[in-house]
Amino acid sequence: MSDEPAHGSATFERVADIIAETADIPREKITPESHAIDDLGIDSLAFLDIAFAVDKAFGIKLPLERWTQEVNEGKVPAEQYFVLKNLCARIDGLVAEKAAKV
Amino acid sequence: MRLEYFEMIDTVRLLDRAAGRIEALARVPLESPVFEGHFPGHPLVPGVLLTETMAQASGYLVLAHLDFARMPFLTGVDKARFRSFVGPGADLLVTASLEHDGSGYAVTKAAISHAGKALCDAELRFRTMPFPDGLDAPMRERARSIGLFPDPVQP
Repeated sequence: MSDEPAHGSATFERVADIIAETADIPREKITPESHAIDDLGIDSLAFLDIAFAVDKAFGIKLPLERWTQEVNEGKVPAEQYFVLKNLCARIDGLVAEKAAKV
Repeated sequence: MRLEYFEMIDTVRLLDRAAGRIEALARVPLESPVFEGHFPGHPLVPGVLLTETMAQASGYLVLAHLDFARMPFLTGVDKARFRSFVGPGADLLVTASLEHDGSGYAVTKAAISHAGKALCDAELRFRTMPFPDGLDAPMRERARSIGLFPDPVQP
């Protein structure tokens, strides 16, 4: 999932726009390789705002609690969730899951 | 309302868990040290306390929605508007609706009116976290005392 190139994908474009607007980060600084925390300096509170905007835009519920727990317990490297191309791939997965349930 | 103790909600008159909505009542006290400064000779409830009142109604709604499993803490106030003045003795209707139940956070829209007239409204955001040690029981007791029923978890 994480190796899927998301550069230029519709999901990445929407997420990058959300991050730029929500966290007041210049749009051109945001790339698929950007790490939301390490590269873009997004703190946990700002990430909640981004999660809200993403949830609304895609009609999903990002499982932030589970992700955070997995990262804190060392089960999953943070990059898997917070590098934007990986985040976008997970968003695509959640959207597909939701569509499959309908 | 006990302004000095930040006990802003007197009574919950409606909790619609299915719709994600709460209605609460709050009577502004006739006297309070708050009015000595805000403002001398012209007492008005400060906007920051109206915001706190909307946050508390929202917080009780989120608490009920989460079955008291987690505690909501205010993290954001968006689009706050204070449309009219209100002073001592006013009976306030405080409403809140759950806009989004996120993972580890919640978003509400809240408003206060007096005698059918809109006083203020805002969109509020909360981080929801495990209860800090010792806060669970007092929050349940406070919720019970204002009639937040049904209390989903009986002790």
